[in-house]
Amino acid sequence: MSSRTQVYLLAFMFFALGLGLTLYKNQSLGFPLLPGQSEDIWTVEASVSFEATGDPITASLLLPQSGSNMTVLAESFSAPNYGFHIKEADGQRRAVWTRRSEQGPQTIYYKLDVVKSDEAASLAPPTKQIPNSITLTNRQEAAATQLLELVRGRSSDNVSFTIELVKELNAIKQDEKLNVSKEFKKASVTEIALILLNIEGIPSRMVRAVALEDGRRKQKSIELIEIYDNNQWSIINPLDGKNGTPENAFIWQRGGVSLLDIEGGEHSKVRFSTIETNQAARSVALDKNKVEQSALVDFSIYALPIESQSAFKRILLVPIGALVVVLLRILIGIKTSGTFMPILIALAFIDTTPAIGLAIFISIVSVGLWIRGYLSRMNLLLVARITAVVIIVIGLMGFMSVFSYKLGITEALSVTFFPMIILSWTIERMSILWEEEGPKEVMMQGGGSLFVALLAYFAMTNPFIEHLTFNFPETLLIMLAFTLVIGQYNGYRLTELYRFRDLAKNQ
Amino acid sequence: MLFVKPSLLRSRGIMGMNQRNVDYISRNNPRKLYPIVDNKLITKKYAKKHNIAVPELIDSIQYQFEIKNLETILKGIDKFVIKPAQGAGGKGILVITDRKGDSFYKPSGMEVSFDDIKRHISNILSGLHSLGGKTDVAMFEKLVDFDPVFEPYSYEGVPDVRMIVYQGYPVMAMLRCSTHASDGKANLHQGAVGVGIDIKTGRSLFAVQNGRNIERHPDTNSVFSELQVPHWDAILPLSAACYEMTGMGYLGCDIVIDKHKGALILEVNARPGLAIQIANNKGLLDRLNYVEHKAPKSASPEERAAFSVEHFGAL
Repeated sequence: MSSRTQVYLLAFMFFALGLGLTLYKNQSLGFPLLPGQSEDIWTVEASVSFEATGDPITASLLLPQSGSNMTVLAESFSAPNYGFHIKEADGQRRAVWTRRSEQGPQTIYYKLDVVKSDEAASLAPPTKQIPNSITLTNRQEAAATQLLELVRGRSSDNVSFTIELVKELNAIKQDEKLNVSKEFKKASVTEIALILLNIEGIPSRMVRAVALEDGRRKQKSIELIEIYDNNQWSIINPLDGKNGTPENAFIWQRGGVSLLDIEGGEHSKVRFSTIETNQAARSVALDKNKVEQSALVDFSIYALPIESQSAFKRILLVPIGALVVVLLRILIGIKTSGTFMPILIALAFIDTTPAIGLAIFISIVSVGLWIRGYLSRMNLLLVARITAVVIIVIGLMGFMSVFSYKLGITEALSVTFFPMIILSWTIERMSILWEEEGPKEVMMQGGGSLFVALLAYFAMTNPFIEHLTFNFPETLLIMLAFTLVIGQYNGYRLTELYRFRDLAKNQ
Repeated sequence: MLFVKPSLLRSRGIMGMNQRNVDYISRNNPRKLYPIVDNKLITKKYAKKHNIAVPELIDSIQYQFEIKNLETILKGIDKFVIKPAQGAGGKGILVITDRKGDSFYKPSGMEVSFDDIKRHISNILSGLHSLGGKTDVAMFEKLVDFDPVFEPYSYEGVPDVRMIVYQGYPVMAMLRCSTHASDGKANLHQGAVGVGIDIKTGRSLFAVQNGRNIERHPDTNSVFSELQVPHWDAILPLSAACYEMTGMGYLGCDIVIDKHKGALILEVNARPGLAIQIANNKGLLDRLNYVEHKAPKSASPEERAAFSVEHFGAL
């Protein structure tokens, strides 16, 4: 395999890997590709209230499970003077509050932040048929059989059967004269439907959900019916027979286990309050994936302390600057003094803003060149001369900082960000260049460096690029792929199209 | 029009910088051989081994403390060149053509003091002119007593012949003549005149200054069309032999003509520039391809020179 093929192959691999990881993080982990995207976060507060009877209290509340249509970002529990633990059994999580004795009205709060996730509803098949524990009276059974027969005739499959059943039950509820409703008068539509679905042999369970609506307080949970058909669970709303999870409903509980159990209390109830807040999509994705322990996030720069992260934010921009330099040198053919000088200047521009950075750079280099000219007449060794220039450059910076501070230009205080060793070396090289090749070459290389630095600065401060490199460090691989391909470019530079223009004319 | 179409350049076989780097230098010049050409002291050593004529080395200085011996080194020498062994692109070369006591004179007539020379050497040793700032060695060479043929074509400097040698075959040549504008230097981008030379005869073909075709030397007013490089028959095999000397497939050889010693290899360049195409008004690629596909693989420098004369002559 020729080296060129290898490079292209390698570049393709890096590109595919980088793009793949980026898209994976975007699609599966929810990291936004664009900066400034935000997502709705819902704060749901469940308040459990009951009358304590004086006996030892054990209150247990079923907690929402992963695998629901929302992802829980954070949860908190508050009940002063109560003992608290979380019990996990049968794949269900329950919060348990305990207290030896108490009298009178009690309220316990459980609060969580949730965000919508695209996770499909639970695909697990029903573990066991819910036993038909209810024994129906003869009249009830007759009414049920009659109703089931009617609905069966109108339906084609389990889903349509359930929809029709719910519709029928709701219609009957309105019309007290009909038998069935009398027989099951006290039960809710959901409960009756579940019993009838059980008789019919359709695997079904109750789903409790909380309606997410900004500012809603003290609302009851919504009951939904979920049936298993064609290897998947389908939710049917018992109120209107609509198929599918209702918009903005947060599924709290699946299956028939009780939502709240209270020992030592009576008149217990669970009420829900919801508030909507808006948060940057990136931090939501980050929280979400921290909860879910996604390896790509867990083993990444997000795992670093914030301070190191912000350092990395800067470091990850360096390749962008380098890419700009590579493009301008290889494709355009702009002369710069040194390969990485423009990147360092661009980094300094980020701290100083380009206008002030440019002014500082030009004034320091000009003064430095003048002083260097004087030093050259003093017969100093090169290393000593550069050191002298470094010291003078630092002195100049100090002077400029104080001077501009007195004038009230605070941006100039950040002159310290200019890499002064690099500045001193630049002064030395420029001065030699001036002597050997003349001022024209100094202007060409110095101007080229500044021009490239400005372009690099604009690329590095572009909010989109900044967002992309920090949140998707995988883009480094894409940049690597580009660099490898550009490294193979053997076509003409733009400046050569000018340089050789006469050669093309004179045939 | 300011820019030309790339396809037009391609059809004329013009080589670009990227192509030079990717397709020729990195493929033909193994990195480990670079010291042979990048260090002029080593170049001289290799040249001796291969019986290639070079300007005579007077002495060299490696350490700062040796600078004080300068007076002894230069005793009785009026004409010399000081250059960094690892300099590139003609940087750091100091030419002295005359001496009066402790005063030295550059070709331009500018006076240079003993201290100036000492400082220059100190800079060289510190690595100011070397690639990557490595510490360097200053070498003293005898000044080439250039052939009077070049007198009308040179101003304040020694003209040299740049020959591109590909896989041992001389493919293109130019003569670089310094001008007042180039300050006695032979660098084309500084305003020196590049004269394309016919590989077959050693006669001039075309002359350019600053990328523009010219007929006469801007300072001496001599007509370039009458220019004939002397010792041309010797220059071709001499440059071809640089292939064996360095082992590099893509080379630029700089040759000077000494009045007494004839053609001498001044230095060898592993990254020769592309201005030679402008001076010849011709692209390099056709000839490089011809060598690659048609030239015999094993031949002596003389045979290769003959091959080039036969195929790369102007007519």
